[in-house]
Amino acid sequence: MRKSSFFLCSLAVEVVVLGLLLTHASFHREAMREGIEEKAAMVRSLGLTDLCLFTDARYTRNLSQADLFSAFQDNPLSLDHFPSGSFTTPPIWIMRRR
Amino acid sequence: MDYETQMRSPIERQRGIIDFTLSSLMRRKVKNVGLLCLYALIVFILASAIFFTSSIKKEASLILRGTPEIIVQKMAAGRHDLFPLRDMEAVKNVRGVAAVEGRLWGYYFDDRLGANYTLIVPPAARSSAEPSEARPLFWFNAAALEPGTIVIGEGVARVGKLSKGDSIAFTAYDGSTIDLKVADTLSSKSELVSSDLILIGEEDFRKLFDIGKDYATDITVEVKNPREIPTVASKITRVLPDTRPIVRDEILRTYDSIFNWRGGMMIVILSAAILAFVIFAWDKASGLSAEERQEIGILKAVGWETSDVILMKFWEGAIVSLTAYFAGVILAYVHVFLTGSLIFEPALKGWSVLYPHFSLTPFISAEQLITLFFLTVVPYTIATIVPTWRAAIIDPDAAMRQTGE
Repeated sequence: MRKSSFFLCSLAVEVVVLGLLLTHASFHREAMREGIEEKAAMVRSLGLTDLCLFTDARYTRNLSQADLFSAFQDNPLSLDHFPSGSFTTPPIWIMRRR
Repeated sequence: MDYETQMRSPIERQRGIIDFTLSSLMRRKVKNVGLLCLYALIVFILASAIFFTSSIKKEASLILRGTPEIIVQKMAAGRHDLFPLRDMEAVKNVRGVAAVEGRLWGYYFDDRLGANYTLIVPPAARSSAEPSEARPLFWFNAAALEPGTIVIGEGVARVGKLSKGDSIAFTAYDGSTIDLKVADTLSSKSELVSSDLILIGEEDFRKLFDIGKDYATDITVEVKNPREIPTVASKITRVLPDTRPIVRDEILRTYDSIFNWRGGMMIVILSAAILAFVIFAWDKASGLSAEERQEIGILKAVGWETSDVILMKFWEGAIVSLTAYFAGVILAYVHVFLTGSLIFEPALKGWSVLYPHFSLTPFISAEQLITLFFLTVVPYTIATIVPTWRAAIIDPDAAMRQTGE
């Protein structure tokens, strides 16, 4: 087998696999739609405000409800020491007021 | 078909050059395979970050559409304080307000497990309106939440090894112990919003935290016309200056900005990837190795045109970058959507004892794949061609002699 044939075949295989994964994504989205709607219904019925992504600190558990000075909440030198703080940005209204 | 005829066909010519390029790459097998693996790893990390962040943002925007239109928090000394229910009347009187309701919720740190729970009193009126035969997992019966019972999220059940009928001992504000029986657990499919939740009756909640009947944690405001939400929020601030209204749009935008590239961990990932590409590009753009230069000299001496040499180097860059791109993207998809972001999980968990087990919905767009393609494949291929063009335009004799440079 020519080297170019091998390369083109392997590239074609990669493209096909990616295409199959994108098809999987499309089907999976449809399958998950009901679950998303049910989660939205739960949010509505319980009056929830945030995703349960980071439960290590109260200002990362409910990001949208956090105090305005969350990272410095206990004293001015109390820098953010929770690892999850490194994934998040300050609430949007704090950024807007700057 | 003889060789000359074959070479006249454009496709055959390209295939001939690819054959030669692959042979050339295989002569430096260790270096090029190492380069390919590293390149694929960078694409994998970037693609994983893009897939994860865009999917979680999209899912958040869909799930959080049902959040209250306005939440009003009482502020005292710069902190969130309990909301006196007598102030609800003032909010109800604001023009445009349809309904006002108090919310009771808070956090409880379990010393035994080192886990933070979110305790919430379900609004009875809304919860009883939800039952459906088709959705038993997400429905809970508020009427079944009798005093002394709780409904727990799947994360709480998993960490505490709890099931229906078990009890959790809570330490109340005065040090006394309150045992609450698990009446039910919320579905594992809802973990993204409910993993650490404990649904508790109003009476038990007030007894646990010593919150009087005249107070709520905060209040939710329903607005008659959704377009008037910002106006109503500013009116509430005027009526009750010591409060902070949080509107639904702000909640949604908070999750739109989460995992932003300006965030700490994300900037580390992005800078590491950019630095790696700078090193790749520098390696290529700073010039060719003595061996490569000699190879170009020989090719030109045996009759290759400058355009042929550049084409060969174009294919060299394209072979490496295309293979790495597709391998990286495929592995990233498997990582994020089929293994639950296994590599990111320790970082995302942080110090959380309760971490939700959830599978993300794959919201992938062509735009993301094209952006990634232009970020990775194009710069590398260009960086491969430029120094080759410089070497290919000089005399073959000089190219072969300048091997020491």
